[in-house]
Amino acid sequence: MLKRQPLQFYNEALPGVDTAELQGKLVVIEGPDAVGRTTQVALLRQWLEREGHAVLDTGMARSALAGKGINMAKQGNTLGPITMTLFYTTDFADRLENEIVPALRAGFVVLIDRYIYSIMARAIARGEDRRWIEQVAGFALVPHATFYLRAGVETLVSRVVLGRGAFDYWESGMDLRFGPDKYDSFVRYQARLIKALDSMVKPYEFTVIDANQSVPRIFSELRRRIARLSLPRAARRPRLRRPAAKAAS
Amino acid sequence: MSLFMPNRYRGKLIVVEGIDGSGKSTQISLLSHWLRSQGYAVAFSEWNSSPLVRRTTRRGKKKEMFTPTTFSLIHATDFADRMESYILPLVKSGAIVCADRYAYTAFARDVARGVSRRWVRNLYRFAIHPNLAFYFRVPLDVALGRILGGRDALKYYEAGMDLGLARDVEESFRIFQGRILDEYEAMAKEVGFHIIDASLPIEEQQRQMREIVTAALAGSLRSGVLRTPPEGEIGAQTATAPVL
Repeated sequence: MLKRQPLQFYNEALPGVDTAELQGKLVVIEGPDAVGRTTQVALLRQWLEREGHAVLDTGMARSALAGKGINMAKQGNTLGPITMTLFYTTDFADRLENEIVPALRAGFVVLIDRYIYSIMARAIARGEDRRWIEQVAGFALVPHATFYLRAGVETLVSRVVLGRGAFDYWESGMDLRFGPDKYDSFVRYQARLIKALDSMVKPYEFTVIDANQSVPRIFSELRRRIARLSLPRAARRPRLRRPAAKAAS
Repeated sequence: MSLFMPNRYRGKLIVVEGIDGSGKSTQISLLSHWLRSQGYAVAFSEWNSSPLVRRTTRRGKKKEMFTPTTFSLIHATDFADRMESYILPLVKSGAIVCADRYAYTAFARDVARGVSRRWVRNLYRFAIHPNLAFYFRVPLDVALGRILGGRDALKYYEAGMDLGLARDVEESFRIFQGRILDEYEAMAKEVGFHIIDASLPIEEQQRQMREIVTAALAGSLRSGVLRTPPEGEIGAQTATAPVL
């Protein structure tokens, strides 16, 4: 994909969207599993709202259309890699059209916990064709900034073990059995994910943040960088239809 | 660039396409029964039937949540699941898979909804290339007569009501099917359809299909494709085909 100005589509315009109407800012937090994205998004949201911005935050598998279906499909053992990629892309498209674009029209700061890059990285880590998924996801908007929280696999492992205390089936890539057990599979799969995300740093203009640091340090670095984006300040909070039910993620 | 992945396996994939009311489902059903009666292992896959995805699609339709993009993506997800967990393993095993609608349906229908041709063709690039793709060509009025005559009320997306083409459901269906028909006709050459005149008698269409299947697949059907071993041979304890 070529570099584009913020809030243009990468390859394919969504029918019915005029990018000139989009007044808000689109900020993406990316990174592998257990790197601490969700914590940072929650902190950033609080901070931005205190600063007087209208904020929408959204993340994967939270769409009204496909969130439930994805979570159900993950309970079984038959979800293939291409099906998974397309299911998540459907979920993303639904959120883009029904939540993200309307919020941008209304001048919101939209904080996204994982964008198309995670869908692409998972597909690439599973051996799918990179050009295929890049074109499939080509209707995404180019964000104003993408912060890539980057940490080594050892850091992720310690966060999983100290935090949740168990390895998740999908985060360990057990659907493709990258290793004999969840630990080995996690290490190999996450290493592939990191490699895939690393390969996007240049073409997609990620800002790399060292996520081996403590939560407060990462937060202050993100805050400093986001403050530079000259965010629109909402005089009063614009009205927006409440985004439909967020599925438990 | 080729549209799909080449079929490098022993099994075969036969698909039928055409607008609603073209009679393709009847024809593929007759063909698959005939192939089965010839002793082949035959499997059948229908558009929009993945157990993993169907529920999401149904929900989206019921609540009218789809845009052209999400409508296209959810059908591709459904197709991907059938491809990964059903069609591909069966074709690999040497079965003949008959599909009622294939990616071409998306090429026609999604583009009629305003999705880009290039994007939707790329979307289905993971599909395996059919050995034979039949297109049932029928004049719009004949198809509409068949559909509007003997069945339930037209559904919202089926009639293209999401596009705001007309207030009246039947009128909207007419316009939408016309657009889909135009897309099929425009791609017929590009994708190499075997065109069947769907206004001919059912038996005649079936005779033509069998002739094409026999001519195109005869050699390769003898080698590799699963069929019931002749009676008396080792392992022929069962009377039915080994797969399905």
